[in-house]
Amino acid sequence: MSGAALTNYMTTRPWRRPLWRRLGQASRKGCVPLAIVLIWQVVSATGWVSAQTVPPPSAVAASFWQLAMSGQLGANILVSLERVAVGLGIGVVVGTTMALIAGLSRLGEDAIDPTVQMVRTLPHLALIPLMIMWFGIGEAPKLTLIALGATFPIYLNLFAGIRGADRKLREAASTLGLSRGETILHVVLPAALPSFLVGLRQAFGIAWITLVVAEQINASAGIGYLVMNARDFLRTDIIFVGLVIYAVLGLLTDQSVRFLEHHLLAWRPTYLKQEPTK
Amino acid sequence: MNMVSSSVLADQPALAGQEVAVAIRGLTVRFSGPPVLDDLDFSIAQGEFVALLGRSGSGKSTLLRTLAGLDPAPPETVMVPAARAVVFQEPRLLPWKRVIANVTLGLRAPDAQAKARAALGEVELNHRAEAWPLTLSGGEAQRAALARALVREPRLLLLDEPFAALDALTRLRMQNLVGELWQAHRPAVLLVTHDVDEALLLADRVMVLRDGKIAVDTVVPLSRPRRHADPVFNRLRGELLAALGVH
Repeated sequence: MSGAALTNYMTTRPWRRPLWRRLGQASRKGCVPLAIVLIWQVVSATGWVSAQTVPPPSAVAASFWQLAMSGQLGANILVSLERVAVGLGIGVVVGTTMALIAGLSRLGEDAIDPTVQMVRTLPHLALIPLMIMWFGIGEAPKLTLIALGATFPIYLNLFAGIRGADRKLREAASTLGLSRGETILHVVLPAALPSFLVGLRQAFGIAWITLVVAEQINASAGIGYLVMNARDFLRTDIIFVGLVIYAVLGLLTDQSVRFLEHHLLAWRPTYLKQEPTK
Repeated sequence: MNMVSSSVLADQPALAGQEVAVAIRGLTVRFSGPPVLDDLDFSIAQGEFVALLGRSGSGKSTLLRTLAGLDPAPPETVMVPAARAVVFQEPRLLPWKRVIANVTLGLRAPDAQAKARAALGEVELNHRAEAWPLTLSGGEAQRAALARALVREPRLLLLDEPFAALDALTRLRMQNLVGELWQAHRPAVLLVTHDVDEALLLADRVMVLRDGKIAVDTVVPLSRPRRHADPVFNRLRGELLAALGVH
């Protein structure tokens, strides 16, 4: 990379642009979604589409407010969040452990990789009937499914990241007198970190999808329970509230991984442009 | 150095009376087909600056990798000091460690930080000590790599076409810098290069590798700093280019 190009890159940092221009850009980006919501409101409120089929945004907002005030919303979101956190946590630990064993030794690769590659071709949601037979309809099958779904993207990305670590850097490390353990710590794992974070983002996505499906099996709490309950009482507005919450939570977790990337991968050119120069 | 027998010195008149840093005896390296290095014999004295020229595929990189310990070789054919450092054509800095951390990497001295600062000072890169490697220019990155090598106080410094990827002006400055650092620290140096002028500017002795054998091994009888205009420089340049097959 040439120094001149980078300097140029660094002088166009976004926060240096004037406020009015940033606001202008934000409003340009926001005007299409805003228009959609407005049209939706008009279409529903004027009765072109029955409010039973598609409730107007105002009704969705009102239900949201009602559920939030009654405390139902918060409690159910917490239950869902906990399921994702525990399931994903187990998946990340298992996926990372397997990827480290398979990635760092040929013996480990032979022992683990073929099996994982076979198992991962099975859609994990197809295991729901088995899970219910094995674990019943409590928390265990839900957590197992989420963990299972999250394990594979972590494993696949981290394994590829470890194996993809630049051979030239490993050579340089060996000429610097680094031991095998030090080379793994200073060269291989940092090189694999970006791949791991990609895997983490995919795992989050899969965890949310699995949660939605798992909560619809038989839940007595959680957003899925709220939605299923609303279906039984023909409350389309509450179903929409549930959908919005799934979307927002998905977005927030994705942003949190981006935030993590921003800090852990501060050395990357894409993030360097945001670091103030001294 | 006690690891080299005295008979080694006898067949290298240029080295008589000097201690040997590198001794290669009957080194043959073969991947598939004809040998890349064919029964090679040579020595490098302590503090001697040797340039190794050769066309692409002549085996010079293989030789450097063998000396660096990156490629295995029978131990009785390669005798090198334990304290050796390599600067590659690419800087090979770890992009996730700041410059200073790259320099101290693997350094097992109690005052590693101070030594690293001093080494960065020598390559005039102290102001970039806390920078991320990917923000460095090509010349700065290569100077950081040089500091990383120097800080280890090598008795053998291996340079694998370290200036090849730099622009012409930066290359001249880097060549001067390497010359000065060599004068100050006096490690034995093996510089692998394509560039005849570079070899003649820097080296005490120039070798040409051809078909896995040393085709030319000549002392450069010029005082430093060297000038391109010098008739001896020009004569040697012509001879070396001819040995490399350029007429």
